[in-house]
Amino acid sequence: MTPTGTTTDQDATANSAFRVPRSAFTSEPDVRGRFGEFGGKYAPETVMGALDELEAAYEEALKDPTFMAEFARLEAEYVGRPTPFYHAKALTKRIGGAQIYLKREDLAHTGSHKINNALGQGLLAARMGKKRIIAETGAGQHGVATATICAMLGLECIVYMGELDIARQAPNVARMRLLGAEVRPVSSGSRTLKDATNEAIRDWVTNVETTYYIIGSVVGMHPYPRMVRDFQVIIGKESREQSLHYLGALPDYVIACVGGGSNAIGIFHPFLGDGEVALIGVEAAGHGINSGQHAASLTAGQVGVLHGAKSYLLQDEHGQVQEAHSISAGLDYPGVGPEHSYLKDAGRAQYVSITDAEALEAFQLLCRTEGIIPALESAHALAYAAKLAAERPPEEIILVNLSGRGDKDMNTVMTALGME
Amino acid sequence: MVQTLDTQPTQSNDTPRPSRIAETFARLKAEGRTAVLPYLTVGYPDLETTLAGVPAIVRGGGDLIELGMAFSDPLADGVTVQKANQRALENGVNTGTTIAVARQLRAEGVEIPLIAMGYINPIMRYGIERFVADCAAAGIDGLIVPDLPPEESDELVETCRRHGRDFIMLLAPTSPERRIKEVVRRASGFIYCISLTGITGARAELQEGLADYLARIRRYTDLPLVVGFGISTAKHVAQVGELAEGAIVASALLNRLAEIEDAPLPDRIAAIETFVRGLRG
Repeated sequence: MTPTGTTTDQDATANSAFRVPRSAFTSEPDVRGRFGEFGGKYAPETVMGALDELEAAYEEALKDPTFMAEFARLEAEYVGRPTPFYHAKALTKRIGGAQIYLKREDLAHTGSHKINNALGQGLLAARMGKKRIIAETGAGQHGVATATICAMLGLECIVYMGELDIARQAPNVARMRLLGAEVRPVSSGSRTLKDATNEAIRDWVTNVETTYYIIGSVVGMHPYPRMVRDFQVIIGKESREQSLHYLGALPDYVIACVGGGSNAIGIFHPFLGDGEVALIGVEAAGHGINSGQHAASLTAGQVGVLHGAKSYLLQDEHGQVQEAHSISAGLDYPGVGPEHSYLKDAGRAQYVSITDAEALEAFQLLCRTEGIIPALESAHALAYAAKLAAERPPEEIILVNLSGRGDKDMNTVMTALGME
Repeated sequence: MVQTLDTQPTQSNDTPRPSRIAETFARLKAEGRTAVLPYLTVGYPDLETTLAGVPAIVRGGGDLIELGMAFSDPLADGVTVQKANQRALENGVNTGTTIAVARQLRAEGVEIPLIAMGYINPIMRYGIERFVADCAAAGIDGLIVPDLPPEESDELVETCRRHGRDFIMLLAPTSPERRIKEVVRRASGFIYCISLTGITGARAELQEGLADYLARIRRYTDLPLVVGFGISTAKHVAQVGELAEGAIVASALLNRLAEIEDAPLPDRIAAIETFVRGLRG
């Protein structure tokens, strides 16, 4: 049965302070594309018309049963959904506390949840008659997913990727090229995801009439944060159904890593109205929050505007955006999706952070206990789950979004562990 | 506080005195001249170049000046402005520097309109009210914020109005008619007409269709139209002059500066003056 108590978990996590009536919680952008004060459309005038067009086309597609049916068919037949809901018994036993379940997005086609959004937006681009697709990528997972969908739909694909990320995610660069995409190295700024996003936006501003920009996370100007989320909520919908089906209960905790935040919002969203479910986003603490070398925008940032949206942001006292640091390229981003900022300030989700070292440890732990190699991004969520599980009783259920697989991270991990 | 530094008392209900920008365009119109608006990134390649470069621009015949405020992520800008921004940031420049530069230029007798151009995040961080008040006190006449479309501009537009500053809005060749109406309704000073679908940067030729595009805007406003992005040569300025009230020259001037970055200061200043004079053909 579904748990109905809403007062039993006040001690759920040490620092939870939920201020919102949990049962009625929803989160949708207003007409200006804002989640509370966050979000909006801070974009150059050149693309403003295109954003309006995109929003209109998206609204139409949502109402078109053919579009939605095609999306559902490909999610099943091409992506391989639903992904499994897996009880990590050996991991649970090793830790000796709450039960740990994994939502296996690593088993989706291309190896991460990114494919859900790339598929949805790819279909939308094709529907809008756009033949040229651009994307930014950090870890390369979104780039690979986009290149994959473009190959399937016969669309031209250009992926912007920071030079530093190209070096540390070489296998994904090779995959994109094999899939027929052009990978354009970005050498400006920190040479990571932030700069790849700048360059993709510049391309879009220049080629807006012919080009569709597939943003890879719940960031950027409205309607992207909402649209990307909508294509990712399938993770949470399945998880919720699977949990009720297999366990007759909802999880006590849902945990996901947060860079831009698309896998987290995807799994959180269907649980927002389930007040008894604690939602925990895990940011990258890099070398530690106090070191200043991290990517924890919600934990340690201030509100500002980056890439077209108002949200928490790592910035200096003058409003210059700071370089983020994380061992995981997919979390190495100084901003975060505006809906997460809203969930944080509303108290509906809480955000914690995990260091590079802790993530590496969790990475190895999952390899050895479960025979699953997680993405370094997902290893952050696992690390926090492992800490939490150790403190919680075996009756409690912790669901972790295993957002991607770790094949791409071999070089980074081998180097970090001195196993080269 | 900041307010008391304001040298221009707000005249609430009376007809406001025309802004320095409006007066400049009125005078140029009477003289039958096209306005030339050179752009410098404040602090590129160093602060001395900005402080001595602005008077050089005036001597060279520049009519208004854009002072670029460096930002770490200038996503509407091409490589030239990006590099200038990066260098300025390395030189320790911040939003307050632009205000201080304007104050000093005014104290030294620079009288032409000064327009601050920069992205919204550093302005928000500085504080919108404080920023506009400080601009007013320092003699900055207008603001251009390339990532602040009308949808997000209410607070800044209102604050500028209260402090008698012009908020200059941008239009692009891709702006549909309903957006043109929305933009001109809020704009003051002039309309910044982006010449092409793209980012800033010097170009060899002007984009086709400029005349139609400007005519479309002209239908809805009497404000001066100023064309920017890709305006690089005297020929471009003359072509723009046939259609609009002014031309902004940014990347081409920065490129000229980049060529002589390491030259002694007087040479750089002379080069700026020569470049600007050359824009008149």
